[in-house]
Amino acid sequence: MSLFNVFEISGSALSAQSMRLNAIASNLANAGVVSGSAEEAYRARYPVFSTIYESARAEQPPGGVRVDGVYESKVAPRKEYSPANPMADEEGYIYRSNVNSVEEMANMISASRSYQSSVEAMNTTKQLIMRTLSLGK
Amino acid sequence: MQLIDRHLGISPDALNVRSQRFELLSANLANADTPGYKARDIDFAATLARVRQGEGEMRTTHGSHMQAGSGPLHMQVKYRVPAQASLDGNTVETQQEHAAFMDNAIRYQASLNFLDGRIKSIISALKME
Repeated sequence: MSLFNVFEISGSALSAQSMRLNAIASNLANAGVVSGSAEEAYRARYPVFSTIYESARAEQPPGGVRVDGVYESKVAPRKEYSPANPMADEEGYIYRSNVNSVEEMANMISASRSYQSSVEAMNTTKQLIMRTLSLGK
Repeated sequence: MQLIDRHLGISPDALNVRSQRFELLSANLANADTPGYKARDIDFAATLARVRQGEGEMRTTHGSHMQAGSGPLHMQVKYRVPAQASLDGNTVETQQEHAAFMDNAIRYQASLNFLDGRIKSIISALKME
């Protein structure tokens, strides 16, 4: 019965979204990190999703979602003149991470909403399967 | 067996198509954040008509042929036209998918109720109550 496939599909969405939440948590935790060079500065990380197709045929229903990879934000780290900072380079500059907290918070809300909608889909499906099993009773 | 099949009517086929639609809708919801994903839905009436006519089903022309279950071969899948497509090429509109999911759930339950009634009437006929 294909109702059971819903669990597989929604389950894959749950794991993808929780990975996204993990990345957001790590970005927010490292938002205040300061380093002595532009290369070492922490860069925000974002997972990229892609669809799992069981076969290449168009009429085949698409499957769940998977995390294709994690890419680093290309925004340049913020350079700041702060000679008193122990992390400062010879010229007195420090490099802050390029994490944008507001963007991360918006991202987090989006991820948690997507997570919720998948949970809801699973719940509805579970109820329907239970009702189908008690058919004729 | 065929008599029972006829008595159960369209409901088993409807449930089958509904559950396939559930699969598609949940895939749409799961891929709400996937770049380039195009939301899909099935043409319910066309799919049900194909299932009823037995189109797309494997024919058994020999006694030792195995019966292949009615799978997604019947599905008449169409792409959804987005009201507001996003920049990354994704056409899933979560609120619309939610509405379709709920709609499908209610109609599934309706078909279940009809089927339940038919099965109960068979049982009471068998018991000669």
